[in-house]
Amino acid sequence: MSTILDGLSLGAIYALIALGYTMVYGIAKMLNFAHGDIIMVGAYAIFVTLASTNLLLALVVSILLCAVTGVVVEKLAYKPLRSASPLAVLITAIGVSYFLQGTAQLIFGSKSQPITLPSLGSIQIGNFQVELRTVITLGVGALLMVGLTLFVKCTRTGRAMLAVSEDKGAAQLMGVNVNRIIMITFAIGSTLAACASFFYLLQIPSVSPTLGAMPGIKAFAAAVIGGIGSIPGAMVGGVLLGLVEKICTSIPVLNPYTTAIEFGLLIVILLVRPIGLLGVRRREKV
Amino acid sequence: MALLEVKDLTVFYGVIQALKGISFDVNKGEIVTLIGANGAGKTTTMQSVMGLIPSKSGTVVYNGVDITKKPCHSIVHLGMTQVPEGRRVFQELTVYENLLMGAYTEKSKAKIKRDIEEIYEWFPRLGERKKQVAGTLSGGEQQMLAMGRAMMSHPELLMLDEPSMGLSPLLVDQVFEIIKNFQKNGTTILLVEQNAGKSLAISDRAYVLENGQIVLSGTGDELLKSDMVKKAYLGG
Repeated sequence: MSTILDGLSLGAIYALIALGYTMVYGIAKMLNFAHGDIIMVGAYAIFVTLASTNLLLALVVSILLCAVTGVVVEKLAYKPLRSASPLAVLITAIGVSYFLQGTAQLIFGSKSQPITLPSLGSIQIGNFQVELRTVITLGVGALLMVGLTLFVKCTRTGRAMLAVSEDKGAAQLMGVNVNRIIMITFAIGSTLAACASFFYLLQIPSVSPTLGAMPGIKAFAAAVIGGIGSIPGAMVGGVLLGLVEKICTSIPVLNPYTTAIEFGLLIVILLVRPIGLLGVRRREKV
Repeated sequence: MALLEVKDLTVFYGVIQALKGISFDVNKGEIVTLIGANGAGKTTTMQSVMGLIPSKSGTVVYNGVDITKKPCHSIVHLGMTQVPEGRRVFQELTVYENLLMGAYTEKSKAKIKRDIEEIYEWFPRLGERKKQVAGTLSGGEQQMLAMGRAMMSHPELLMLDEPSMGLSPLLVDQVFEIIKNFQKNGTTILLVEQNAGKSLAISDRAYVLENGQIVLSGTGDELLKSDMVKKAYLGG
């Protein structure tokens, strides 16, 4: 029971990060490999601000800093490459990733530093003792995902995002400013990453310049498992991967192979269903 | 004064020159058609005027405003839009959501609601299928949706790129009927067509495009009677 809950909450973290990958891929048609490092930026933001203020304010600062970083990276690094080859954009994204890690290393050094978060304790649900951080991660994570889904489905900007992801040219003919939509997408994706970084710190309370690499790559795997470009896909993929990870680590025989099993799952799913669980095959009709 | 005035427009795809200096104009209230074979540069002209592909030289003036270098979305806000070649409705959105997208430039919810009702009156089939995902519509229905979607922004000038492509003869007649009705309601039309007979019949004026150049122009009737058009586009 607690393994399942832990898995779901880790899954929520992966899902929040995966949403950033999948939305940016869907709308800007690029793989933003620097997305994992946004988590690191968020974590350091919390690390620094927590020293002088309370947690809530630290969280707000972290979200703002991540959103700004995401938007600035898009503007400076990706926007000039809008019509360049996908490979150039991909390499640039990897470059941005190293740039962010390097900057963090310059400022904070390369060692990992512990961060003291207020202890949240645990609560009793029925017969089970559940840690409060698990409940918060799951609850807030679910809330954010529902909010995002409603935003995309029910608002003018959300619909424009769907339209751009399907057909940029046609969306422009409706009067949609594609650059603005891409900017909003980066801002939303980075905001979700900031939230994820807080939940991640609740699980592993230490910061380092490469902190974003592992959750980043796993969330990317989750986005691909769910079907990259698909928002519900990222959620399903993230939760699935989180569950698999926690279940594997709870079984002693499987524990050492956890990461291998997770990425094995990715390979198997891609073999069986190359477009991912909830991916859509775009049809062309003339 | 012409509503749309295109002067010496040239477009290159890499080193290949697709448009070799095209000039034409569209007056308020007219239906103007560009006809030409595949590869003549019709769609390139439409996309370039609309700001979807960059032009190398020349000017496009709409309503007295130079829009040559303006991005597509801001041109739409000026009151001009296009039904693109191949319809390009949003396949994964419903009919209703597609129409909402068409009203992207409109802020008033009440007005959007009224406009959508009006589109359903024009195209009853769309009303019947409003909750259906556009990708599941037939080609004809998608064309209706694409036209309805474009009308949602109340364009002063509507450009249509081969609206009759791939439709049955009955639907083709219907499409031209609708275009004629758009004009009656005060919309100026710039049409690109391969179906020269049908499009010239409803046109006030027309231009013939060949290899990126305008080779002939005149009223719809004049071109229908012209030997060159008869030979090249009307099969006789």
